[in-house]
Amino acid sequence: MTSLHRGKQSMVFPNRPVVTAWASVVGKKEGDGPLGKAFDLVIPDGKYGEKTWEQAETHFQKAAMELLLEKVGQEIPAPELVFSGDLLNQCVGSSYALRGSGLPALGLYGACSTMAEGLLLAGAAVNAGYVQQAAALSSSHFAAAERQYRFPLAYGGQRTPTAQWTVTGAGAILASAEGDGPVLTGATVGTVEDKGITDANNMGAAMAWAAYRTIRANLEDLSRSPEDYDQIVTGDLGSLGSDMVREFFAADGIRLGARYTDCGVLIYDPQTQDVHCGGSGAGCSASVLAAQLLPALAAGQWKRILFCGTGALLSPTTVQQKRSIPAICHAVAIER
Amino acid sequence: MEYLRAFLVGGLICVICQILIDKTALTPARILTGCVVTGVVFGAIGIYPRLVDWAGAGATVPLTGFGNLLAEGTRKAVDKDGLLGALTGPLSAAAGGITAAVLFGTLAALIFPSREK
Repeated sequence: MTSLHRGKQSMVFPNRPVVTAWASVVGKKEGDGPLGKAFDLVIPDGKYGEKTWEQAETHFQKAAMELLLEKVGQEIPAPELVFSGDLLNQCVGSSYALRGSGLPALGLYGACSTMAEGLLLAGAAVNAGYVQQAAALSSSHFAAAERQYRFPLAYGGQRTPTAQWTVTGAGAILASAEGDGPVLTGATVGTVEDKGITDANNMGAAMAWAAYRTIRANLEDLSRSPEDYDQIVTGDLGSLGSDMVREFFAADGIRLGARYTDCGVLIYDPQTQDVHCGGSGAGCSASVLAAQLLPALAAGQWKRILFCGTGALLSPTTVQQKRSIPAICHAVAIER
Repeated sequence: MEYLRAFLVGGLICVICQILIDKTALTPARILTGCVVTGVVFGAIGIYPRLVDWAGAGATVPLTGFGNLLAEGTRKAVDKDGLLGALTGPLSAAAGGITAAVLFGTLAALIFPSREK
């Protein structure tokens, strides 16, 4: 059996799993942002008709999955496996969303890198022939995340300038053995990195180093240079974190330029929406991937992109115990 | 004139706290408890009461004023009951303020559900 492993951290998908369907459901702030019209569904009510923020997040995820299944319809078969994760304690957003769906489910935790992690696993599962259709699902909710990681909204604490706004939204992506659409050609699994950041309000900085390490690993493992990608997109480093990634590469003599962007920067308008450093959350990269990146590939705007989900692997307990924030970045190469 | 003084002093205290939010990694909780402790210290050494005389509500409303209240209450109770006053003084002086905070906070939470901004 020929090895599908490349270099230190990467794998290739020679059977080229096809991304045949995608769906995104987001909240009001995201709908008001620059990508507003691109999302499949915008829900103005942050509670989505539910009693609690956590139930709302489950509803967002369920809605994304249902939209995906609708798009799947007659021509594309239903997923045989779902990789799903979110930011809530014990990933309850996902568990409750998939409850009763009858879909074989594997829960994941990669913090905000969950969609990249799910997508690379879905690609690997389809490439290896374990299933013909595998879905990746992820979500986040601003209010639920604030309660989870920092303080509940009712506490009324002020946000710092380095803070990011957790995206309220969900993304669902389907990878199939056959069909028409952008193709997953490989992935780089990240390592857990820690630059000693202890401020839970500055996660962009915590994750930037992990993003740089994984992108470099991808380039080295696959013998590529940044020019081999039309776009390298990180999940949610925000404006501060993405500047740091540029600096890390600049220190290596590599100028990323307009080739590099970040979903947290794309999803909100910094001038009109008071989001400080931009968007974050597992739903950020998931919804932007579904609303902007995949459609752009499908339309032929780009030929090859590297989708790099980034996650800060902290918990409220570790922050209270004054431990630094480890981070990870997973990269998936998607081509047309 | 007293309105202007209250506005300036109250505002200045808030500006200092905002600078701490913007420039340091201190959480809101630490900044607020820092305010209380600052008020206790300046109250104990007799400076804060003079600020209260000059700026009125601008000095009593911010949380530093609460710290001052704790210091004042402790001093009075110690004068009256000796060392026991160090234990009974602070909370009894602050009782009205604390109860008001709990009461109005609960009422607000009952009447107004929390929303994202």
